[in-house]
Amino acid sequence: MSSTEMQGHEAVMIDAEEMRRARQRKMEKTGKWLLPILIMCVAIFMWDRICVWNEIPRYILPRPGEVLATLIEDRGLLFSSLVNTLKITFLSLALAVAGGVGLSVLFTQSKWVEMSFFPFAVVLQVTPIVAIFPLINIYVDNQTTKLLLCAWIVAFFPILSNTTLGLNSVDRNLLDLFKLNGASRWQTLWHLRLPASMPYFLGGLKIAGGLALIGAVVAEFVAGASGLSSGLASRIIEAGYRLNAPRLFAALILISFTGILIFLVLSFISNRILRRWHESALTQER
Amino acid sequence: MQPADKAKTGGPQLILRSVGKVFGNDVVALRDVDMTINQGDFLSLLGPSGCGKSTALRLIAGLSSPTSGILDWRGPVMGKADIGFVFQEPTLMPWASVFDNVWLPLRLQGVSRADAKPQVEEVLSQVNLTGFENAVPRELSGGMKMRVSIARGLVTRPRVLLMDEPFAALDEITRFQLNSDLLTLWERERFTVIFVTHSVFESVFLSNRIVVMAAHPGRVFGEMDVDAPYPRDETFRTSEDYAHLTRKASSLLRSAMGIEGEGGDDHVLH
Ligand SMILES: Nc1ncnc2c1ncn2[C@@H]1O[C@H](COP(=O)(O)OP(=O)(O)OP(=O)(O)O)[C@@H](O)[C@H]1O
Ligand SMILES: [Mg+2]
Repeated sequence: MSSTEMQGHEAVMIDAEEMRRARQRKMEKTGKWLLPILIMCVAIFMWDRICVWNEIPRYILPRPGEVLATLIEDRGLLFSSLVNTLKITFLSLALAVAGGVGLSVLFTQSKWVEMSFFPFAVVLQVTPIVAIFPLINIYVDNQTTKLLLCAWIVAFFPILSNTTLGLNSVDRNLLDLFKLNGASRWQTLWHLRLPASMPYFLGGLKIAGGLALIGAVVAEFVAGASGLSSGLASRIIEAGYRLNAPRLFAALILISFTGILIFLVLSFISNRILRRWHESALTQER
Repeated sequence: MQPADKAKTGGPQLILRSVGKVFGNDVVALRDVDMTINQGDFLSLLGPSGCGKSTALRLIAGLSSPTSGILDWRGPVMGKADIGFVFQEPTLMPWASVFDNVWLPLRLQGVSRADAKPQVEEVLSQVNLTGFENAVPRELSGGMKMRVSIARGLVTRPRVLLMDEPFAALDEITRFQLNSDLLTLWERERFTVIFVTHSVFESVFLSNRIVVMAAHPGRVFGEMDVDAPYPRDETFRTSEDYAHLTRKASSLLRSAMGIEGEGGDDHVLH
């Protein structure tokens, strides 16, 4: 009798433990969203209060309300600038994907090609884009091409290096199996190396998405000095000259929201693709 | 019983003549290996770790070439598709469904999905996986993954199936089950099997011949016939014959490993 009692007790204990864990999971899930938003609200509120308490003039630090008002008021100008920046960002990201994947496929076809060209990719990566830009400025006439080239240089490296790593991280036994069945180089690439490198590629893509935006904005900044570009960066420069701090903040906020959005969209895509097979995308069900 | 059993295996299919393999770092993985594999054999390669079992299997599969000696294939010319290979790990493509994984060898030969369907479905039913065509590997248990791997090895109807410790990573219950399933398949189809294992018990249960290998350098130490009739089922595992044969095999293995004593009474047995 005492043993059944024990068992019953234990069962209840396990249930309680399980329930506690479930509750904790739920709390963590809501907390993941709620906490950052809460902190953000507090920060914005403090920002507002500091402006009021210290009587900071609006051309130095505008109140959040003013920034929001500017965002709405100047939306025509700001959003058309955003669209310009986004065009450069996505076009350069697309080119980075094409270039990065293309080059890494070339690299895996021959060790010699990789040995010869990889160092140059590294050189391109480690040289600050701001330092390269004057050269681009001399050699390239078309404004859009300049910006694209700039953003591309910044964005393509993570895709190249990640995809190269992925294409080479194929299970040796699977490679043997392909060899045993007389697979051609093309078949091995298409049916084995490319799918196997998918998680690596998508990891690179997530980084490259953010970098493409940074590249586009930096390029505009440098190009904006010559007064020709019309992206968000030139709005910031312009607003800086005119001491229009509210618009400066509005543009800044737009840029960072765009960055966050790009990251979220790319994460979503990557999760979708890897959902059924890769560890990184597994949900709690196991 | 023995003659009836012997009669089922055909003539020599592959003869290894003083085959050697030296790796670049001067490791002698195999030295002067002579071995004859008959049509329809279920031959186990038994030996301690590092004695060159996997190396021998890779040579036979044509995945690497010997540094000395020759592999003499008899009978019709062996094409690529005539060899099936099953690895120690399931080695499935994690992004592909069970169907696609099994289809792979045929696909690489240019067989379309529709044309491959009957064959893929047939092997899947042979390994008891009907209904799992659309599952991906991570949705399967370890034993089921191994079945997929075996199905993939068999889908081209190879004349030779090479298996490198295919069940080593599995629990005993699953291993016994897969042993029986494999035997059933083999008895029906009579393809040649070369089966690498660490387990004396597994090799005696499955094979009609056991080749015992020794290490440093890797070489063939001895060979024994397993004179027990097929079909072998779970009752065979508890039979006196089985106990006798495992003792004989393990004493051979012990001598191959240079371990004396303890097995003294076993030596009397053979
Ligand atoms: N690619 C390689 N390069 C260099 N040496 C190798 C290579 N493959 C195997 N060897 C060496 O050859 C010897 C035999 O290796 P092999 O893998 O064939 O052993 P094995 O009998 O399969 O062992 P295990 O039972 O542990 O799998 C080992 O000493 C190993 O170090
Ligand atoms: Mg091995």
